[in-house]
Amino acid sequence: MGAEKRTASEKADFKRELTEVVPHLRAFARGLCGRADMADDLVQETLLKAWAAQERFQPGTSMRAWTFVILRNAYLTDMRRNRFRGEYDETVAERVLTAPAGQEEPIHLSDMHRALLTLPPERREALLLVGAGGFSYEEAANICGCAVGTIKSRVGRARAALNTMLADGSIPKRSIEDDTAHRAILEELDDVAAGQGVAARS
Amino acid sequence: MTSEKPSASKPVAGSAKEAASGKERPDWANGLRRLYDSVVEEELPDSFKDLLSQLDSKD
Repeated sequence: MGAEKRTASEKADFKRELTEVVPHLRAFARGLCGRADMADDLVQETLLKAWAAQERFQPGTSMRAWTFVILRNAYLTDMRRNRFRGEYDETVAERVLTAPAGQEEPIHLSDMHRALLTLPPERREALLLVGAGGFSYEEAANICGCAVGTIKSRVGRARAALNTMLADGSIPKRSIEDDTAHRAILEELDDVAAGQGVAARS
Repeated sequence: MTSEKPSASKPVAGSAKEAASGKERPDWANGLRRLYDSVVEEELPDSFKDLLSQLDSKD
């Protein structure tokens, strides 16, 4: 694949940066698909793809943004094949709940996670990128291959939906396993995938 | 969190202080960040270390 164009030191740099970004890939994947084991499968797939495509990475740019695009593509492909059902991983949330000390905790993180997983995928990923991953709207738009305004609107809608769910306590118990909800999610995925843009190149 | 420096953005990810100072944010905004950070801070499973160490022989 022409990998010989890269010098050994460039490859070493690439690998170091790729290694550093793995925890972030895991966090993004966990937020997207909800289950730790599936999320990790997705990250492994992403690492292999990123390694194979390393020629296309521009040194000095954000490795995290670049690999998130690859992960997002792999996720969309797998979602289409119905591999993920956005299942909620109870054990993770329970552990998270007990982790931080001395912080007031008005909202249970397990509720948060569950509410997050009920959002349509494109709003969920927008909120994850901006609200959790700390990307700017511009960076998130690049990752998702859509306009900045679209990202802003998705984040806004996602926040409004979470506000409502968490304020009312109206978080569906297991809505993701509900077939109607799931079908709706899959339909929305087609729209998400249609706007791949940057993503389509990796 | 110290792992990388996004070239074009402020490295907001993972800063509890910054999240706490965002007064206009709803309560759950911190939770969203913590959900993410809790995974970032997990120890990397061996399967990843294995995979990463095998990459060099893959081309």
